[in-house]
Amino acid sequence: MSPALAALRSRIRLLERSTPRPGRVQAFGVAALDAHLPEGGLACGALHEVAGGGPDEIAAAAATLFVAGILARMERPVLWCTVLRDLYPPGLAYVGLAPGRVLHGTAPDEKTVLLVMEEALRHPGLAAVVGELSRLPMVASRRLALAAEKSGVMALALRRRAEPGLTAAATRWRVTPLPSVALHSPGIGRARWRVELVRCRGGEAAEWVMEACDAQGCLGVPAELGYRQTVAA
Amino acid sequence: MRRVVSVFLPNWATDRQWQLRKAGALPQTPSRESVLRTTGPAAPDPHSLVLTTREGSRRLVYAANQQALSLGVYPGMAVSQAQAMLPKLQVEPADPVGDAAALKRLAGWCLRFSPLAACCAPDGVWIDITGCAHLHGGEDALLNAVLDRLAEAGVNARAAVADTPGCAHAMARHGLDVLCVVPPGGQAKALANLPVRALRLEAEISAALQRLGFDTVGQLAAAPRAPLARRFGGELMRRLDQAMGRVPEPLEPVLPPDLCRVRQGFAEPIATPEDLRRVTVLLAEQLCEKLRLRDQGACRLDLVFLRVDGVAQMVRVGTAAPTRDAAHIARLLVAGIETVDPGFGVESVMLAAPLTDALGARQTLSALTAPAEADLAALIDTLINRLGAGAVFRAAPVESDIPERAVRAAPPLAALGGRNWPAHLPRPPRLLAPPRRVEAMALLPDHPPVQFTWRKKPHRVRRADGPERVYGEWWLDDDAFFAVRDYFQVEDEAGQRFWLFRQGDGERPETGDMGWFLHGLFG
Repeated sequence: MSPALAALRSRIRLLERSTPRPGRVQAFGVAALDAHLPEGGLACGALHEVAGGGPDEIAAAAATLFVAGILARMERPVLWCTVLRDLYPPGLAYVGLAPGRVLHGTAPDEKTVLLVMEEALRHPGLAAVVGELSRLPMVASRRLALAAEKSGVMALALRRRAEPGLTAAATRWRVTPLPSVALHSPGIGRARWRVELVRCRGGEAAEWVMEACDAQGCLGVPAELGYRQTVAA
Repeated sequence: MRRVVSVFLPNWATDRQWQLRKAGALPQTPSRESVLRTTGPAAPDPHSLVLTTREGSRRLVYAANQQALSLGVYPGMAVSQAQAMLPKLQVEPADPVGDAAALKRLAGWCLRFSPLAACCAPDGVWIDITGCAHLHGGEDALLNAVLDRLAEAGVNARAAVADTPGCAHAMARHGLDVLCVVPPGGQAKALANLPVRALRLEAEISAALQRLGFDTVGQLAAAPRAPLARRFGGELMRRLDQAMGRVPEPLEPVLPPDLCRVRQGFAEPIATPEDLRRVTVLLAEQLCEKLRLRDQGACRLDLVFLRVDGVAQMVRVGTAAPTRDAAHIARLLVAGIETVDPGFGVESVMLAAPLTDALGARQTLSALTAPAEADLAALIDTLINRLGAGAVFRAAPVESDIPERAVRAAPPLAALGGRNWPAHLPRPPRLLAPPRRVEAMALLPDHPPVQFTWRKKPHRVRRADGPERVYGEWWLDDDAFFAVRDYFQVEDEAGQRFWLFRQGDGERPETGDMGWFLHGLFG
């Protein structure tokens, strides 16, 4: 990105925001992803959507790990709001999200999840607020985005069912499991995902093949792709 | 549904005298009367006590303790007669004013159980426990707690809980048991066999009713109302209806003297939600100012709306840590206003902090050195207020190999001290509870399945890892003595990963039937 373009982008950002403040950014630590995102990572004071790349819970579980990986690389506590009680905290801890950092909230319905998310987003002591939602109307998403922008707390909508509706989210991600590479010995290697950036404000949609989150919540670049990139360079 | 406790103190005056004496508050030198009486060789009986009052020139027994009552002394008896019966009787002058003041203090003490308690002069207390019983482990436990604490203090008491103050009052005084819980809506049944004087009637009325053949409340309730009302006036029917819950009976609440509270009255009753909200915000600001002067923070807040028909509507919120942030307090209370029914209007609003804790000025880190530690207490209050107490928690690790038991819900402000689950054991982010039985095909008992069917959809397993053997926790229950699970992480041809287990070790049939279960999803 040329310096002139970067300056122009930051000016536009200042114009667009209700509170002119350079936003903090949570980088993925993967050069390919961070370079593609307009702010060099996930903007903290914004709403992001993550969905599984399929209608069933299996893809939603991959999306859960993707979100947990993002949270694991943050510092402060996070709030995780659910309706269903199938979230298993040891699974989150396995990708680096320690139990001491997660505050769980169980709501009776999704409307309450939205209310609670908005309330919690006003609290600057949190790093992020995750809500598990299957429906996310435009108005509700706009409210979440505004609350996030005001406090600088990241809002993450974990979509239980992928739904193509329009929302005010800054980015929308879709995570689909892919077959992993066979090991030379019996066993199971690191999982592999297709990570799609379906929508991105101020950027373009893109798609990557990534290795799933490791114990620190970092995505990995598959070895053979990394090799191909160096060859191209 | 309103629930009211009535505590009956049958020997309040003598119990109080006894305690004062024990605490050394009364002069240890015997009073003039006891000196006169103890000139004889017999020392005073340490167990029987009467309090006396004067009527003209006669000295009458005002109250007697349990021991004296059981020996035949009764209130209204001439003191000389009682002394003739029991030469060792201890006699003290009665102090009705002091008794009433002490009863008021006792009602103030009862505020620990509920924000609304009232005196029931001369020998009882009412506690409105609507919506508070669960905080003390249920109504039975609450009544037991009241009676135990009173017994420790040496006060003889009986208690009952019912939907109406009248019914609870009657059951505490005339019920069979020391502790009586009338189920919701059970007033008519509970009162049916009690004598008519249980309805708090004047002595003449109950005597006249008994002359007419009305012995029990049940007979009275079954009789036609109009002739009774004509004969005895409205009082009888009013008491009956109050006990049955057909007409409201407001209690006159007591306030502890050092209670931090603010109050706002209105010339015209208010009823709209906006007005209620506005006055709540106003009161929160005033209360915080008061708390600031005392260096205190509120841990519990009661917002009481007094309606024009005398019924009090209440919002109670608790906070996770002492606070005097007016905006935060107002936000917590406003969220609860939805449950308030203003009826025909609210004529005064009171905000009190019955539970406070020290909250002085606090040194915070300078912003130059490090960002201040996030204070989550305010957020947790809001969440608990919105979701309920059990719905906000931290997941604390438990040292158990059984995946279902490895997590415990800990309070939201609990320090987990960096505890974590073993990092080398893969665990899925989504757990199916209970595990779903799947049809699976495995070549050998020790091997992962080749194929399994979940929700009628076959999954062909490409890669797998395992087994991770988990034994049942035989020290917790007998059924788990032989239980064995072998966990496998498997990947199907689409790359989707599952957490499966097989029940049983394949050698001994008592360890399980070799059935396959899907327990978690890795994505």
